[in-house]
Amino acid sequence: MNIVILVFGVMMLVAAVFSIETKRIIDSVIGLSVVSLLSVLLFVFMKAPDVAITEASIGAGLVTAVFLISLFRMRGGDES
Amino acid sequence: MRRFFSALLAVLFVYIIFQFIQVLPDYGKVDLSKRVSERFVLKNVSEENGKVVFGKSRNLEDGSANIVTSVVVNYRSFDTLGEVTVLFVSALGVGLYLGGFKKLSCKIRVNNILHIGGGIVFPLIMLFGAYIFTHGHLTPGGGFPGGTVIAVSVLLLYISDEKFTVSREKSKLLEGTMGSLYVIVGILGLMIGGFFLFNFMPTGTVGKFFSSGVIPIVYSIIGLKVGSELSGIVTDLFMEEGWK
Repeated sequence: MNIVILVFGVMMLVAAVFSIETKRIIDSVIGLSVVSLLSVLLFVFMKAPDVAITEASIGAGLVTAVFLISLFRMRGGDES
Repeated sequence: MRRFFSALLAVLFVYIIFQFIQVLPDYGKVDLSKRVSERFVLKNVSEENGKVVFGKSRNLEDGSANIVTSVVVNYRSFDTLGEVTVLFVSALGVGLYLGGFKKLSCKIRVNNILHIGGGIVFPLIMLFGAYIFTHGHLTPGGGFPGGTVIAVSVLLLYISDEKFTVSREKSKLLEGTMGSLYVIVGILGLMIGGFFLFNFMPTGTVGKFFSSGVIPIVYSIIGLKVGSELSGIVTDLFMEEGWK
């Protein structure tokens, strides 16, 4: 149990540092999405399924979509 | 230099958090009888009624099997009204900045598999969202996660279908109606029970679908409101300036 939490926590830290340090913005958006997906698993292991549902739909779904759409609009729609 | 200071700040933050964790009591070893949360768990805030048994106890002051829901929508329902208002104000701000009537053209041809698969998966995701908010008093979940799942299904249709748009007038109408219905339920509680957002309906047996008074009604109202609100935000993001 503790080992699982430790492994997921270290993976979350790696993804968070990756999303800060990377050069391309789209890579940092994907890194943030990975952080929230791993935290969903962590919430399920900590027996909080309602928080896990909310985190999965908001953190991994809506926020990533909002970031991607705003990135697309900032570039004027010339790049995917 | 900036990097050094940020690392120092992060280390300081971790140190403070670990100092705070040592103050907290261990998991599962809290003496609940000295805390107010025990009264929420046993549902005897106003009067003593002994232990709560799933499927047998009836006519408690709050018949919700999910303790989180019984705190969020019954004992602390006024907080939830404030949360709904905060969400409304943020949706209003997004609408003020990003209002438009022409759909953003992505200049990418939508894959056929995504187009057909999105149409098949969309009603299932919507049904799942409706299940989450109507069963908020029995299973984990509630109005906010259910509404968000509905908004994510709308987002899927926006991505997979080039011509799909949500009618903004209808979504705003649904949102405003649901917001005023929540206040009307609160005022009904004030008229019948004497407190704002009082649980004035019979609470029934713990664990049945038709139980716990106004909680399923209020959570359905919140689910529809959050769903239409977040769908409106997604619509605002996908629109650009111009006319239809």
